[in-house]
Amino acid sequence: MVYELSYLILLLPLLSFIVLGLAGMKMQHKTAGLIGTCSLSLVTILSYWTAFTYFTADRTAEGVFQTIVPFNFTWLPLGNLHFDMGILLDPISVMMLIVISTVSLMVHIYSFGYMHGEKGFQRYYAFLSLFTMSMLGLVLATNIFQMYMFWELVGVSSYLLIGFYYPLKPAIAASKKAFIVTRFADMFFLVGILTFGYFTDSFSFSFAGDIVMGQGTTPFIEGNMAKAVAAGGFIIPTALTLMFIGGAGKSAMFPLHIWLPDAMEGPTPVSALIHAATMVVAGVFQIARMFPLWIEYAPQAMSIVVWVGVITAFYAAAVACAQSDIKRVLAFSTISQIAFMMVALGVSLPGHHGSILDNHAQLGYMAGMFHLFTHAMFKACLFLSAGCIIHAVHSNEMALMGGLRKYMPITHITFLISCLAIAGIPFFSGFSSKDEIITACMEYSPVVGWIMTGIAAMTAFYMFRLYYGIFWGTENKEAHEHHTPHEAPLTMTIPLIVLCIITMGVGIYSTLAGFMEWGGSFGSFVSAAGTDYTIHFNTQIAATSTVIAILSICLATYIYKGESQPIADRLYKTFPKLHRAAYKRFYQDEIWQYVTHRIIFRCVSTPIAWFDRHVVDGTFNFMAWGANEGGESLRAWQSGDVRKYAVWFLTGTVALTLVLLAL
Amino acid sequence: MVPVECYFVLSALLFFIGVYGFVTRRNLIAMLISIELVLNAVDINFAAFNRLLFPGELEGFFMTLFSIGVSAAESAVAIAIIINVYRNLKSDTVDSISNMKG
Amino acid sequence: MASIVVFSILAVVILGSALLCVTTKRIMRAATYMLFVLFGVAGLYFLLDYTYLGAAQIAVYAGGVTMIYVFAIQLVSKQTLQGMVEHIKCSRILQGLLLSVVGLATVAVVFLKNCFISAATTDELPMDQIGTALLGSEKYQYVLPFEFISVFLLACIIGGLVVSRKRED
Repeated sequence: MVYELSYLILLLPLLSFIVLGLAGMKMQHKTAGLIGTCSLSLVTILSYWTAFTYFTADRTAEGVFQTIVPFNFTWLPLGNLHFDMGILLDPISVMMLIVISTVSLMVHIYSFGYMHGEKGFQRYYAFLSLFTMSMLGLVLATNIFQMYMFWELVGVSSYLLIGFYYPLKPAIAASKKAFIVTRFADMFFLVGILTFGYFTDSFSFSFAGDIVMGQGTTPFIEGNMAKAVAAGGFIIPTALTLMFIGGAGKSAMFPLHIWLPDAMEGPTPVSALIHAATMVVAGVFQIARMFPLWIEYAPQAMSIVVWVGVITAFYAAAVACAQSDIKRVLAFSTISQIAFMMVALGVSLPGHHGSILDNHAQLGYMAGMFHLFTHAMFKACLFLSAGCIIHAVHSNEMALMGGLRKYMPITHITFLISCLAIAGIPFFSGFSSKDEIITACMEYSPVVGWIMTGIAAMTAFYMFRLYYGIFWGTENKEAHEHHTPHEAPLTMTIPLIVLCIITMGVGIYSTLAGFMEWGGSFGSFVSAAGTDYTIHFNTQIAATSTVIAILSICLATYIYKGESQPIADRLYKTFPKLHRAAYKRFYQDEIWQYVTHRIIFRCVSTPIAWFDRHVVDGTFNFMAWGANEGGESLRAWQSGDVRKYAVWFLTGTVALTLVLLAL
Repeated sequence: MVPVECYFVLSALLFFIGVYGFVTRRNLIAMLISIELVLNAVDINFAAFNRLLFPGELEGFFMTLFSIGVSAAESAVAIAIIINVYRNLKSDTVDSISNMKG
Repeated sequence: MASIVVFSILAVVILGSALLCVTTKRIMRAATYMLFVLFGVAGLYFLLDYTYLGAAQIAVYAGGVTMIYVFAIQLVSKQTLQGMVEHIKCSRILQGLLLSVVGLATVAVVFLKNCFISAATTDELPMDQIGTALLGSEKYQYVLPFEFISVFLLACIIGGLVVSRKRED
């Protein structure tokens, strides 16, 4: 019954966007905020209800959850291909529904307090609704083209929200950068979609159920996929890799990550919603959606995914260790964690028996999805806490903070809980998800496994560096005399508390479930094959990663906790260049600038512009000049002299007669 | 009877004399007089062809009759215009009417 | 035989007067020569046994139109009447001559390419036939052009009056 109402999940935020967009300026701030939040609460209730119905329904004969398609209608038929619009409910999309609606609702409530008194309050809520609608549409897409459409819509919403403080130049530059970089990546995505559609004559995701169970042949595999394979064995991997590049742009993988740190120019709740929990995981979601194809037809291409993920994770962690702006630290942390998810998906190999019912394939996929879920919760919590801190201190810089634990107790506790989660301490949610990722990596290749463990250690290190830098250390006494930092209002702290409760709850349950081998954990809902997958902890790896995490935390405490930081200063003096490079993000932005300005602009764009201005415009200018000159020369005929007209008239008549005679 | 070719030649010569006069003269009234010559040549042609080639019919006769009437009317209007031009531009040459010069 | 003699006399009168008409420098003389041309044409109509037409030509053309021209000349060409003559440009003459000659050549070609089938009779055209044709409404009868031309004449008279009345400035 609730499935028929699933279209409301998309319709309500759209209506809220239209209403707030058109009539928002005439409303009071409170009214606009209430409209946005109420429509989103309804969406959240619907999402939870859908999820409850979906996951408590009976499984099919093979033991998977039924893929439900309540709506799917053909929008544009084009010969063999057709663009559909519809809603697809399957384990990962329902899971994403929960994530998106929860985080979005928390952000809506939080923004009441954070954006209070801001000009453009209504516009902000309108854009938040637009974004929520686009993201929900993306995860509920029934075919890759619909996903692409909503993908672009998400990009637009991100552009609008990053550039929210548009009178400020950095905000405009950041929003442009985000849009251009993601658009550039989406070009590859589009080429991938078109290749895929051309060779398989279909855009839809109906393969999901077919391939997963290794069912042998179904009409889709027989017809569409076989056609593509017959055209060339490299086609499907190429198409999938192109799509991955598009996803890499949106998910800020190296080297297309440059837009994400700058996107922190937007309001902090926006950073929490878009650039931590939802939009940036679109790339991961895309790979998860196409996962059966990756496993079946392009297993070698998955190594690209793995290595891009590993490089990104390491790069981002290294840079995060040297940043001084708290939002930038969190941004790089996000990049690193998303890379973890990509690696998790990438290390899922086809099993020894050739189907993904095998353990190897299952673990990576499930771990990646689980990490997506937990990361969304604790990262959103981290960002929102950062927002409270910024609200109190009126600055992003860590140098102006310190000793804030006395003034902001709630924020302190929630931030600490989230840091423990991201570090991977047992009984906090990040532990189970990250641990399973590392287990999957170890099974794939020990090298990758140890690298990821090292990066996990770095994660713990820089997160606690951040924590101590904000809440411990020396206070900024002069600033505090002018303006004492105070705890954030209730509208801002309640979302923090809710997210922390979710994090703790999931963490405790999953840790216990893993050790006691209970069922009903995450893997029973979302897994590669769709069947119930029970998580077993590999005790060895669990112990190793916990120990390493605790060691990193102790290291960070030792270096950063005190009133002054002698070791940090000495390290800084010994390796100034390294620190500078890390601070400047290893000059990635400069490299991109160089490529675009020197190479593309100078060598490609300038000649094309010259051609356009001189040859193309020149042709038309010439034609206009010719017409003008022709007209001027014909002007002499209009002499106003009647006799001349008569002469010409008679001449013409005589000539005509002669012509007729000749004929 | 005079053969019809003679009438034809006569009217052709008269016609082109009129054309020559129209092209050459500058005075407005002289141009109008030349036009009258042209019209008369055409009338001779119609009448002669009717009488000598199609005696039973009357088309040429009436064409000539009406042409005489029309040319009288047209002369009246043209003279009115010329008088107006003279009043406004104080000149009776065709060069003075050059408002439509492009 | 006699008709050919009369015809040639009339032809000489017509062509001679026409030539003098277009080449004279004095406008009053041009009007007079035009009068002679009109008389000659009326003579031709009489020769063709179209007496009614000849009468109409004399009454309307030679009488009415020439008078209009004479009046107009008196009203308009003050300088010309006082003896100032018209200058005619040389190039203009050449243009005119060229055009006329070429036109004549074309007409001559047409003339020579075709032959006329003569069907002359000596019947006089009776007046009542003209009258019935002029006012009859069957096929080949001319009441419509007749009515039209009367309205047309009226319109032209009124138009002429309107165009040339004096403005109260």
